[in-house]
Amino acid sequence: MTRPGLPAPARVALLAVAVVAVQLATQASGRGFYLTQLTMTGYYALVVLGLSLLMGYAGQISLGQAGFFAIGGYAAAFLSTIDVSAQRALPAFALATRMGLLVARPDLYGGTTLGVNPWAGLVLGVGLASGVAFAVGVPVLRLRGHYLAMATLAFGTIVSAVAVGTQRLGAADGISGVPPFPILPGVRIGGGSADRVANYYLAWGLVALAMLLLGNLVRSRTGRALRAIHGAEDAARAMGVDAARMKVRVFVLAAAMAAAAGVLLTHYVGGIGPSEASVMKSVRYVAMVAVGGMGSLWGALSAAAVLEFLSLRGVFGAHDDAVFGGILVLVMLFAPDGILSFRARGIVEKLRGRPARPGEGT
Amino acid sequence: MNLLEVIGVSKRFGGVQAVKEVSFRVRKGAVKAVIGPNGAGKTTLFDLLSGFRVPDEGTVRFKGREIHGQAPHQVAAHGISRTFQNLKLFGHMTALENVMVGRHVRSRAGMLAGMLSSPASRREEREIEERARAEMRFLGVEPLSLSPAGSLAYGQQRAVELARALCAEPELLLLDEPAAGLNMRETSELAEQVLRIRDRGVTVLLVEHDMSLVMRISDEVAVLCFGQKIADADPRSVQRNPEVVRVYLGDD
Repeated sequence: MTRPGLPAPARVALLAVAVVAVQLATQASGRGFYLTQLTMTGYYALVVLGLSLLMGYAGQISLGQAGFFAIGGYAAAFLSTIDVSAQRALPAFALATRMGLLVARPDLYGGTTLGVNPWAGLVLGVGLASGVAFAVGVPVLRLRGHYLAMATLAFGTIVSAVAVGTQRLGAADGISGVPPFPILPGVRIGGGSADRVANYYLAWGLVALAMLLLGNLVRSRTGRALRAIHGAEDAARAMGVDAARMKVRVFVLAAAMAAAAGVLLTHYVGGIGPSEASVMKSVRYVAMVAVGGMGSLWGALSAAAVLEFLSLRGVFGAHDDAVFGGILVLVMLFAPDGILSFRARGIVEKLRGRPARPGEGT
Repeated sequence: MNLLEVIGVSKRFGGVQAVKEVSFRVRKGAVKAVIGPNGAGKTTLFDLLSGFRVPDEGTVRFKGREIHGQAPHQVAAHGISRTFQNLKLFGHMTALENVMVGRHVRSRAGMLAGMLSSPASRREEREIEERARAEMRFLGVEPLSLSPAGSLAYGQQRAVELARALCAEPELLLLDEPAAGLNMRETSELAEQVLRIRDRGVTVLLVEHDMSLVMRISDEVAVLCFGQKIADADPRSVQRNPEVVRVYLGDD
């Protein structure tokens, strides 16, 4: 391999050790309730990782990631809470029930409801977000810099407005009462305290899997092509890189990751509201990528883990959005390469007396 | 045999006729130069050949196939590789990674294979790296492979860019003012490198200002002036062509 440092699998193994250590520490200190926020942090981290690939490697900004998260979350919430039990006799619905696409659940009043299987919700939510990302990405990714930022911002605003303005999506209240998602034998994604530890490991297991796959990707031919597009798009094209297609594919991948996180988090917390679709959420994701350093998946993960956890614990209080907005401004002003990489590279630079090698911090 | 045929190609920008009905051929295995004073349309011509611009009129044929109107990555896939007048390296990547990108068009591992780090994709990565190192060795820049491309000296960056273009194993190599910004020693190194590239069987078409370089390495020279071709022959005849002399030295 051309880049120094620990190979991706070794780093992921270290992450696994850290994840177990954190769980044991919360248990030993009697703070098991922290796992709830840590689990949520894991899902938000998936959004940030997808965005890190898009921004830090392919060099394309998106201020619309909360929109994709919300598409996934709302699809899951809507599909799993609709009740089609009145139509159960219809042949199509009977067939869907037999195929497992519809599942019966007891409701609060002792009856049963018939809703969509969460697996189908996951597939549809991620599929819908990917389709939308493709449709939006093809025209929008022709734009660069500020124009791309504006266009994705507009997309996020539209999703947010649709969420707030649609009665069937609960308007300003959002959708609650989303049932748990039995994803593995014995593991249900849901807020029950008995499932807390399992949910924590599931969320962070997915983060570790994402780190492994994306870590491999950025070191591959595709990753090299992405960084080349970022560095000098014309030269990348002259070397045979289909830049337009490559950008759209990464945009779709990042959107799919955001949507999957949206689906799972919605089942975990039992609902979703329009604030998840808000533009400020998108700004947070961008801020976390920026803090972690452009072109650094591990930096983005660290930033997301720390900042999102603090935010969910309420450390920033009423100034939450202001803190993330402020962080973004400060990073752009003083450390556009990211705070985490900034310090390390600054030191290396001084030692060598020349610019450090960028792109090493994956 | 003609590897590249340019037939009646024109390109206009607003009121400026940058290239006007230019035709020429590049024989397989030859070194051909296109020269001309500033603003003669040389770089526009290169952009037309490499897919960065679409000609208003005319035909570009490579190995008998029409390629004008195709996107740069498609042109690259046919076996045409280029460098840029103002060096376009990926500054934040290492020199080796830069050269490895040159292999993109000759390799195939996709996104999924990359994510899964499949055995086939790892094997391909090793081949890409070996090939890239070989090209860097060929141009004497292998010791710089782990340096960030942006930190290299200008002449070294030139060589890395050339290695990147060669790593695609092109049949036709387009060099856009390769001697620009080089000192005399570097220019003569470049001349020798171009001849070694030709000896490998790669056909070379270059746009150049430096007359001594052009006269030394070219088998044929075409002269452009205000977007039109005014001469196209072997270097000696071109040097004696009164029209060319007038354009270069001013009429008197």
